[in-house]
Amino acid sequence: MDLKTLTYIVVGASFALYIGIAIWARAGSTSEFYAAGRGVHPVTNGMATAADWMSAASFISMAGIIAFNGYGASLYLMGWTGGYVLLAMLLAPYLRKFGKYTVPEFIGDRFYSQTARIVAVICLIVASITYVIGQMKGVGVAFSRFLEVDASTGLLIGTGIVFIYAVLGGMKGITYTQVAQYCVLILAYTVPAIFISLALTGNALPQIGLFSDHVGSGQPLLATLDQVVTDLGFNEYTAQSGDPLSVLNMTLFTLSLMIGTAGLPHVIIRFFTVPKVADARWSAGWALVFIALLYTTAPGVGAMARLNLMNTIQTGEIGAPDGNLAYDERPRWFKSWETTGLLKFEDKNGDGRIQYYNDKNEAFNAKAAEFGWKGNEMVTVDRDIMVLANPEIANLPNWVIALVAAGGLAAALSTAAGLLMAISSAVSHDLIKSIYNPNISEKGELLAARLSMAVAIVIAAYLGLNPPGFAAQVVALAFGIAAASLFPVLMLGIFSKRMNSRGAIAGMLSGLIITVVYIFIYKGWFFIPGTNMLPNNASNWLLGISPEAFGAVGAIINFAVAYFVSNASEAPPREIQELVESIRVPSGAGAAVDH
Amino acid sequence: MSSESDSGQAYWKANVRLIRNCLIVWAFVSFGLGILFRPLLTSIKIGGSDLGFWFAQQGSIYVFLFLIFFYAWRMNAMDKKYGVEE
Repeated sequence: MDLKTLTYIVVGASFALYIGIAIWARAGSTSEFYAAGRGVHPVTNGMATAADWMSAASFISMAGIIAFNGYGASLYLMGWTGGYVLLAMLLAPYLRKFGKYTVPEFIGDRFYSQTARIVAVICLIVASITYVIGQMKGVGVAFSRFLEVDASTGLLIGTGIVFIYAVLGGMKGITYTQVAQYCVLILAYTVPAIFISLALTGNALPQIGLFSDHVGSGQPLLATLDQVVTDLGFNEYTAQSGDPLSVLNMTLFTLSLMIGTAGLPHVIIRFFTVPKVADARWSAGWALVFIALLYTTAPGVGAMARLNLMNTIQTGEIGAPDGNLAYDERPRWFKSWETTGLLKFEDKNGDGRIQYYNDKNEAFNAKAAEFGWKGNEMVTVDRDIMVLANPEIANLPNWVIALVAAGGLAAALSTAAGLLMAISSAVSHDLIKSIYNPNISEKGELLAARLSMAVAIVIAAYLGLNPPGFAAQVVALAFGIAAASLFPVLMLGIFSKRMNSRGAIAGMLSGLIITVVYIFIYKGWFFIPGTNMLPNNASNWLLGISPEAFGAVGAIINFAVAYFVSNASEAPPREIQELVESIRVPSGAGAAVDH
Repeated sequence: MSSESDSGQAYWKANVRLIRNCLIVWAFVSFGLGILFRPLLTSIKIGGSDLGFWFAQQGSIYVFLFLIFFYAWRMNAMDKKYGVEE
């Protein structure tokens, strides 16, 4: 069977499964729609959280970033997992005890202020929408590459599927489809990784293969890779920068991703679906188990993909006339990625062979000139192709390639659905029910929730079809907002009884504004090209802190402002202090559910 | 009422202490071993690289997992000890 037919069958079967689950898991009440009736087993919720969390970026981009940055990319590995420790200990159990449906609802009740609630809704919507655009783009890319459908058609098909199960089932439908999506995506990620690790190191587990000996050279894999890349003038794969400012930036970047992860509303609301506080604690651990399966595999995938890529092109001795791959003999995957434009070759010295080296390295350029090389000829190697092309580079069977297509789609769709859930519940519960029409009936609110979901999906599809120019830049914004505005007030609301509404609002706004302004100074106001006030590079950054890493600084400012403003003004009312005491202990959560 | 609130205070203090200890380990393995102290530990080799590289790309994730399950286990036991479980 040819690859295209096989891909249609695998992707079609996975979509049929999601729709089947949607029909089975329809929501009949607001509690089912917002929180899956609070009846989700902690392990099931952990799996759904993992799918919710691992987006197109984790599945498609992360291993590619690791492949090209080596040690430097560790900040994503630690940042996107370390946040779960914060979530498990500082937020999830207490917010579950609080027993409501949305993150802004907690902020509004704890700080007895509609203003605080509305600020939280705005933060949530901006962070979630910017994030959802990236998922929509991922759906389009996966469709256009693997099913050879136009990216817009692909996006509409993907959106249609999400529409069916999210509008019908709400959180209940999303939870059980996410479980299925997790199974698809983790199979799609680990199967090729195991094959490749076996081929390169003889060890089936990429986690161990990465630190084992390379079959070809008999040397450790990482030492071989360091050798291969430095021989062609690239930076050593495992090396750490000695510059103290760069170390500071890596530390703050990691911290920003950790705090941002813990503060992202679409992840937090997943912990509202488990029956008890104790379950919320376990469930955070299970979520990280399922996430770690992918995240500990990714470093192996990255390093092995890089080694495969280098060895595919540099087939013999460096500098020998026949040491490089002839362009006419390039493999099939090379050709198919060339048609997407994500891989580009330019024969600069006209010898019909491919030279791939670092032409920004002056010392190596001198040697390259002696060989008759006239610059790096792999002019574009998009890092996103590493995971998707991996099975082809390693000559794996067609069904594995089809599975990877279904996995990429599962990762993008599951995260998109989770984000849309967070947006629609904030609109229907925090804006429509709480502010516009408090007397709305249960049935009316359920309808409002479904309509908000439908509208959110339509807007997301529109933004996916017409992505604003800043689509690639916005992930920094989503994490910056979550880290600098939401996380600190949530944590202070639980851990400080003294925290009052003035402190919370002042803290949220100052953290948010300072972080957003810092991002805009380097990336352009509202991401409009050319409006940046300083060039976006390390020598212009404040203390070498990149805009992506600034969320941690924003969070510290938020904490400090909230603390001082709060202590300088009146203590919160007695019933609020009692509310804080009640969310600190697990007993009595059952009563809090009915409202 | 006051005795119940005293026990509530003690429960919360114990929780905060446990969180503090867990977060010290959390920061030590990731920011410490993985980033800041890596240059000091390059003599400890692990499969073609060093201890810091292993902690940055594998080890810290395993420690995070251990910490969350350890915290859940300790807290769920503490809920029973202080009589505040559901």
